[in-house]
Amino acid sequence: MNGNGVSLSRWIGILVKEFIQLKRDRLTFGMIVGIPVLQLILFGYAINTDPRNLPTAVRDADPGIFTRSFVAALENTGYFRIVSRPATEAEADGLLARGDVQFVVTIPADFTRRLMRGEAPELLVEADATDPTAVSNAVSAVQKIALTALSRDLAGVRARTPTPTPTVDVRVHRRYNPEGVTAYNIVPGVLGTILTMTMVLMTGLAMTRERERGTFENLLSTPALPIEVMTGKIVPYIMIGLLQVTLILLAARWLFHVPMEGNLAVLYAIMLLFIAANLALGITFSSLARNQLQSMQMTFFFFLPSILLSGFMFPFRGMPEWAQTLGNLLPLTHFLVLVRGVMLKGSALPELWVHVWPIAAFMVAVIAIGLRFYRRTLD
Amino acid sequence: MNAPESAAAIDVHGLNKHFGDKHVVRDLTLQVRRGEIYGFLGPNGSGKTTSIRMLCGLLTPDNGSGTCLGFDVIRETYEIKREVGYMTQRFSLWEDLTIRENLDFVARMYGVAARARAVRDAIDALGLGDRRDQLAGQLSGGWKQRLSLAACMLHRPQLLLLDEPTAGVDPKARRDFWDQIHGLAGQGIAVLVSTHYMDEAERCHRLAYMFEGRLLATGTAAEVVASACLVAWAVNGPDLAALAAALRARPGVLQVTQFGGTLHVAGRDAALLEAAVQASSADPRQRWQRIEPGLEDVFIDLMQNAANGRPS
Ligand SMILES: Nc1ncnc2c1ncn2[C@@H]1O[C@H](COP(=O)(O)OP(=O)(O)O)[C@@H](O)[C@H]1O
Ligand SMILES: [Mg+2]
Repeated sequence: MNGNGVSLSRWIGILVKEFIQLKRDRLTFGMIVGIPVLQLILFGYAINTDPRNLPTAVRDADPGIFTRSFVAALENTGYFRIVSRPATEAEADGLLARGDVQFVVTIPADFTRRLMRGEAPELLVEADATDPTAVSNAVSAVQKIALTALSRDLAGVRARTPTPTPTVDVRVHRRYNPEGVTAYNIVPGVLGTILTMTMVLMTGLAMTRERERGTFENLLSTPALPIEVMTGKIVPYIMIGLLQVTLILLAARWLFHVPMEGNLAVLYAIMLLFIAANLALGITFSSLARNQLQSMQMTFFFFLPSILLSGFMFPFRGMPEWAQTLGNLLPLTHFLVLVRGVMLKGSALPELWVHVWPIAAFMVAVIAIGLRFYRRTLD
Repeated sequence: MNAPESAAAIDVHGLNKHFGDKHVVRDLTLQVRRGEIYGFLGPNGSGKTTSIRMLCGLLTPDNGSGTCLGFDVIRETYEIKREVGYMTQRFSLWEDLTIRENLDFVARMYGVAARARAVRDAIDALGLGDRRDQLAGQLSGGWKQRLSLAACMLHRPQLLLLDEPTAGVDPKARRDFWDQIHGLAGQGIAVLVSTHYMDEAERCHRLAYMFEGRLLATGTAAEVVASACLVAWAVNGPDLAALAAALRARPGVLQVTQFGGTLHVAGRDAALLEAAVQASSADPRQRWQRIEPGLEDVFIDLMQNAANGRPS
């Protein structure tokens, strides 16, 4: 016997028990696979939506034949529904600002003249990018017609041009969303929110379940130490978390073709840390809560700010300073930056460190609180 | 690291426990010797479970002091947990683990040497060899009790704290259980066992009766009966229900209890009781007889006294 020290054999015992119980708990197991799949389908649907007939304003300063066929081509793509023809820039801005239209297409005064000269006139497409997924397909459609639509009309005029070169220089301005959140950015968000939600919730229930079933009394009457019980309960869920993450990453790759610029091992290391931090929080919640309901309430109390203030819902830099300060305390905020960095920018660990340590610090703090409030007796 | 040698397995003084305003255990003073089976009786809610939990470190007493197996009940709860086997009143093993998995887990928690063998032996001793892979939650009440007992004895504790271990268990299983307990006591193990069964109380070396958090009587069954100074009569014959009603109205009659064709009448004052019996024995078909009061009569009397004497 090694006095009051931590015992590896006891710890393994707790681990084995948790694994067996998890294996037999169909509902939780279903949740583990079900929640990511459900959320992916929901978001995947959002990513894949190809909204058409988007309200569009056309301000054409050059009512010529090319303008007319360009606008006709625009409508033929099916993405644009011309609802307004503002005369001035201010009027057009107003339409966009109020959300009356999703796009403003501005055709410059010298459009026809420059086309005839064989130059590529500038065409400005301003998009309300607050819903980035709605915009991207439409924008690429504009680019395509710029390449093809006018070539028929121009065939006679510019016979000397054998291959279709871009006839129009399409300039796209995404407004109201300086970070330009795109479909790709949603995958890190889905990863982060699913992990936060399921990890905190599942471990949050782990200890309160023992208490409600009366088995906590048995556990307490054995010499098992709080740290052994807490960490022993965390480890199986780490595996679950990694399983979820892998599911999401595979879907991201094959369904949504999200690029993977950085190192996969680095990505997994980050996720491991994030998972552990959330599990620690869940265990701590369940030490604090009296029953499963309270534990669930705490989870949602934590989940809401995580969603709202982490930069998942709103661009982080667009938030007021106090909200950013709060957001910086949340692991999800740093996780989003880290995952976007690794997946989309190919960042490596040294540059990521500034966002790694806050997650680690959060975890240590939470475990300390959990151990402090772990009930060593039934009082 | 062995427990310090001391004659008493349990030796506590003046333990108190409040839950909020409720004074649940009052000045509990208790000595249980090694090799002794100590019965713990009392109505539901009297504080037995709370007392047992204080003894094994699951609840911290508000005040008082004492030792379990020589370890301080307030400071050395870790050591106590390692040496004591505690069987909870409610089944508290994991219903979603099999019999073998439950025993294996418990054995791991206590660091039982040669674990696999100990678990196998325990299963064989239970006679559950062919059902070892059945989920504990699917066992019947009696089997759950036996499994719990096997689990809390896996690490060969020197002191067993058993909280209503035979509640809902059939008579044969109860008898087997008590034979086993006596076997263990014979090996020097101390057993504190709470129960509601009088026949079980009589199989204990000594017992204590608790009511509203206070120990009202302690000692051997004979001592407890003697100290109550009760007098009792038994009547056989017809029309006992009417007789019972008449007797209850008489002064000096404290308890009237019917057992099938027999009525037991008990009181403290022998003369008053005798008078009541004389006055009621008009029917010649009813035959009267002096008897020794039973433990149950004594406990009910203790409870009534305490309830009457209580300032309200
Ligand atoms: N954790 C607790 N919180 C509040 N009251 C409790 C708690 N545990 C027991 N009690 C109360 O203490 C009293 C004694 O309970 P208990 O020790 O379980 O009695 P017994 O085991 O003799 O039936 C009861 O009135 C019960 O309601
Ligand atoms: Mg009880």
